Amino acid sequence: MSQDEAPPDSGAADDADEGAPEPPTRHGALVSWSRGQEVVHPTRDTYLEVITTLHGEGFVVGVDLTAVDYLTYDAPRHLPKGIAPERFEVVVSLLSHTQRARVRLRVQVPADDAVVPTLSQLHPGLEAHEREVFDMFGIRFEGHPDLTRILMPEDWVGHPLRKDYDSGRIPVQFKAPSDAR
Amino acid sequence: MPAESETTMADTTTDADTDGQPGQDGHDVYGHHPGLTGEGAQEMAPENVTSAANRLRELGGVLRLSEAEAAALGARMTDDSPPASPDHDQTMLINMGPQHPSTHGVLRLMLELQGETVLRTKPILGYLHTGMEWTGEELTYLQGATNVTRMDYASPLFNELAFSMAVEKLLGVEVPERAVWIRMLMTEMNRISSHLLFLATNGMDLGAVSMMLYGWREREEVLRFFEKVTGLRMNHNYIRPGGVAADLPDGWRDDVLRLLEMIPPRLDEYDILMTGQPIWRNRLQGVGVISAAECLALGVSGPILRSTGYAWDLRRDEPYLAYEDLEFDVVVGSYGDCFDRYAIRLAEVRESIRLVHQILEAMPTGDYRVQDKKVTPPPRARIDESMEALIHHFKIFTEGFKVPEGEVYAAVESPRGELGCYIVSDGSSHPYRLHIRAPSFVNLQTLPHMMRGGLLADAVAVISSVDPIMGEVDR
Repeated sequence: MSQDEAPPDSGAADDADEGAPEPPTRHGALVSWSRGQEVVHPTRDTYLEVITTLHGEGFVVGVDLTAVDYLTYDAPRHLPKGIAPERFEVVVSLLSHTQRARVRLRVQVPADDAVVPTLSQLHPGLEAHEREVFDMFGIRFEGHPDLTRILMPEDWVGHPLRKDYDSGRIPVQFKAPSDAR
Repeated sequence: MPAESETTMADTTTDADTDGQPGQDGHDVYGHHPGLTGEGAQEMAPENVTSAANRLRELGGVLRLSEAEAAALGARMTDDSPPASPDHDQTMLINMGPQHPSTHGVLRLMLELQGETVLRTKPILGYLHTGMEWTGEELTYLQGATNVTRMDYASPLFNELAFSMAVEKLLGVEVPERAVWIRMLMTEMNRISSHLLFLATNGMDLGAVSMMLYGWREREEVLRFFEKVTGLRMNHNYIRPGGVAADLPDGWRDDVLRLLEMIPPRLDEYDILMTGQPIWRNRLQGVGVISAAECLALGVSGPILRSTGYAWDLRRDEPYLAYEDLEFDVVVGSYGDCFDRYAIRLAEVRESIRLVHQILEAMPTGDYRVQDKKVTPPPRARIDESMEALIHHFKIFTEGFKVPEGEVYAAVESPRGELGCYIVSDGSSHPYRLHIRAPSFVNLQTLPHMMRGGLLADAVAVISSVDPIMGEVDR
């Protein structure tokens, strides 16, 4: 399966004008395909709106919510035109049982203002995932009822899955020669 | 109850101390630490200092409760409302775990009790957190399976399968047919062993100690087969990107047939021992009830979702491997209680046996891993004769194979529900980001809903029926 190519039978209504230069969108958000999987790229402002619309459309199961820190990512990001890459990305997987379809949302979150609205009102099950993302990446979820650490101890400093988080090392007995640095 | 009040005071003080001074100024209801990261305590605060929003969440208010229930809660759902119930001092907060025999690992629950009744529950996680997602970013794709297999240690092959499927989607390789069927054989056997473990621990939690011995005994027989095939009882690293690590050994068919012959009569024994027993039924029926709507809202999958009568099984509804060629039933319950979840798992063992019979019939011949020299290490014998094979071997084991950039999500139906793997690749030989969507992590979030209003003694039955594996909850 070649990369970023829509499967031949992806006849979603919004993709009808495939040949036209208009990029495909879904509820106003740009759509791309990653290994045959539909990826929607809402902005932070339209994020909640798109997910609410998708919820009404049948995507009622919030399967997964995670984040990626693209700080040290060297390869091209493959985002649709019009989406500016940011350091963080919140990735939400939604599932519709009735349509047997999945959709993934990727939201760009800038490092200096790492806040996104919470989904916990719409998808209560994602509340724990949001806590995990907060714990691991330090992304805050606006309106979250209980935004505390979930995996790390509550007095932990820093967010371990950030790429600039020092993973620490075991102290060794010997030292480098003093002129080494 | 004077004795209880005393305990209440003692317990509340202990818990409040770890919270800092909750509610001291009347604003910081959660007693947040003023630390650098600004997060608050993870423990459940006493009800009188718990914010309304949080209480709403803990009580399931964000789910679609019935109007009567919502009205009953409504009185205490505003932020300004005085300490919740007037008989607040009759409740006590207790910790269950992290060291408790029936919490299935280091799960800690904070329970608010009124007498014997559980009012609120909060699972507190992280005691087994070892940063496995981070470790996954450090290991190559070939080594990655050794890491993910340790997450859900009762069904390790499913972790490997989800990981391998995600990597294969990124690579764009097609797995040979025999590898697909070996994967199905092994994961179905793993489903049997995992459910047998559930039956054992479920029995033990409810006092049917002989069931524990029987369940472990049968599981061990399955693990013995795994040991013969993969070399290890657990943490196999057998399913790898591109296929499986080794072909099935000589005599595997006889071993499988022996197991398939041995297990069904034992399942019938369990039926006699437990299913029909009045004590067993009284302990489980009507306990820990959850509705399909609540399950969907919470994103729950697997036997818990199916126990509500909602037929959703990724093997049937989003077929992966070659499940569309096989015939099996998706077992559903009707009441969403602990008994249904027990009965479903017992029935799923029988379904898996049915599946393994079909897999035995249809097992094709051919390669057990993809013959792509960039992905698959060459066989040992080739290294002696071919320079190229030596180079490939060296490259794969030192540097690892490179995976084209992109991101992908792959999901399989593990014994606990949807086990997903999300990988972001930057084109190097390590995943840039590895995330496992662990079914136990999600399923644990049902505990506050299932336990609410139940008895403390039933809490054990409820935890057991969720069948959480803390290794994958905390990762």
